[in-house]
Amino acid sequence: MDPILALTLFVLAVFLGVELISKVPPTLHTPLMSGSNAISGITLVGALVSAGTEYSTLTTVLAVAAVALATTNVVGGFLVTNRMLAMFRPRTPKKDDGEGGSA
Amino acid sequence: MSSEDLIGLGYVVAAILFILGLKGLGKPRTAVRGNQLGATGMLIAVLVTLADRDIVSFWQLAVGVAIGTGIGVLLALRVEMTSMPQLVALFNGFGGLASVLVGAASFFEAVGRGQDDLQLTVAAALTAFIGAVTFTGSIIAFTKLQESWDGIVVPAAPIVNVALVVVSIVFGALMVSDPDERLWFWLLVATASVLGVTVTSPIGGADMPVVIALLNSLSGLAASAAGFVLDNALLIIAGALVGASGLILTAIMTKAMNRTLVNVLFSEAPTAGDGVDADSVYAGKVTSTSADEVAMLLDTAERVAIVPGYGLAVAQAQHAVRDLTRVLEENGTEVVFGIHPVAGRMPGHMNVLLAEAEIDYGALIEMDVINPTFDQTDVAIVLGANDVVNPVAREAEGPIAGMPILDVDRARVVVVIKRSLSPGFAGIPNPLFAADNAMMLYGDGKAAVVDITKSLAEM
Repeated sequence: MDPILALTLFVLAVFLGVELISKVPPTLHTPLMSGSNAISGITLVGALVSAGTEYSTLTTVLAVAAVALATTNVVGGFLVTNRMLAMFRPRTPKKDDGEGGSA
Repeated sequence: MSSEDLIGLGYVVAAILFILGLKGLGKPRTAVRGNQLGATGMLIAVLVTLADRDIVSFWQLAVGVAIGTGIGVLLALRVEMTSMPQLVALFNGFGGLASVLVGAASFFEAVGRGQDDLQLTVAAALTAFIGAVTFTGSIIAFTKLQESWDGIVVPAAPIVNVALVVVSIVFGALMVSDPDERLWFWLLVATASVLGVTVTSPIGGADMPVVIALLNSLSGLAASAAGFVLDNALLIIAGALVGASGLILTAIMTKAMNRTLVNVLFSEAPTAGDGVDADSVYAGKVTSTSADEVAMLLDTAERVAIVPGYGLAVAQAQHAVRDLTRVLEENGTEVVFGIHPVAGRMPGHMNVLLAEAEIDYGALIEMDVINPTFDQTDVAIVLGANDVVNPVAREAEGPIAGMPILDVDRARVVVVIKRSLSPGFAGIPNPLFAADNAMMLYGDGKAAVVDITKSLAEM
């Protein structure tokens, strides 16, 4: 890819990211971080190619380690974000069922 | 359709899904869907990548993916919500290290094949630098949050850090001039790794939200840099999106502390007891109270505001707070939560804890919205927070001057639940504790809330 084209992609994506995120309410800051963190595990895609090419023992070892780390990042990130978001509930007009909790 | 076209198309679809996913994560109603879209994008990206003709062997990929999936699932399902900052720090670190390793593998391969050029070498150097700083910085953040290791003491940290940056640039330049010598690459990685440690070590607990947000941004930028090495548009785009989102969060956090990023990264942590003497602030003016007395106050209150801080997480008091809230609401009392943007150890930390305890997110009110309503609040309960409610911040000078705070002192009565009068991170006494309308309820946050709830239920 032409270096200038690559740089253009980068700059446009940064601006897009800023637009997408700038109005996120504080409630979602943590899930946003862990979710976007999972997306940064996209390195996995590069790691897969490097690992599968088997260019040399060194590059293969490095790349397989990268596959494992990036997969942890991706799988763990999306999963824990999902777990967190499942706990968020909107404010509902309350119908009390009289449960006092267990503390 | 050639396999390259297939991969290219798959990457476009993945990029679209990442963008829609991030957009969805920005609204409570669409957040779950947004996360799923992001995950789907990742799955598509991985699947089409396997069609790459350069991949000659699949078994080692399976091994790597299996190990990563196992660890990821285990960590994600096991983590306590109070430990979310640690987990995010750890994942950031993994992402950073993965980018370093990918950068190394593809840089060595390109050099070996004689396909390297200036762009590729510079990109590899950037990947090594950003990725390594992200990795060790995240690991130190992790050990600090876990309270297992507080990092190293760096004398004259700012000078050391600048020196390390200069040395990194020198090794980067050597890489460009002599790409065949792998030593330069590894020396660059080593220098950047040390830099990650020296930058993160002096940063105190209250500044952690800034650091975590910044590391999040860096992990994205490292992936983007790796994209320049691999000539992979999807890595460039996805990494840049994450880098931007992390930067926005970093800016929100530093603004909420009335500080600049440079100030957080390069200033020494304030030392306790500077200037104001605690005795002169507190002597004879602090009123202490009991759970029964607080329960009586709450029994007649119409509006109660609870202001949680990191102490809530430490005491694991979120479920106890939920129970108190339920009893108050059955009693006809309105209960709201005032959330300071930097309460806790990562952006949104308090919100996640209270959500875990099944408290509606509609009851969690942002600082700017809740502040004008404190004078109509009967009782404000400060639970494990200190500097973010310190009225000293309104004064012109001092360690936290100008930091936006929650105006709890404007409530009719303020109950501060705290173990002692010890200062917060800023190391200064809090005149709120000695205010006429304030009373201290000493003790463990969770036990205190449970006691109040019990007394209240018996009325």
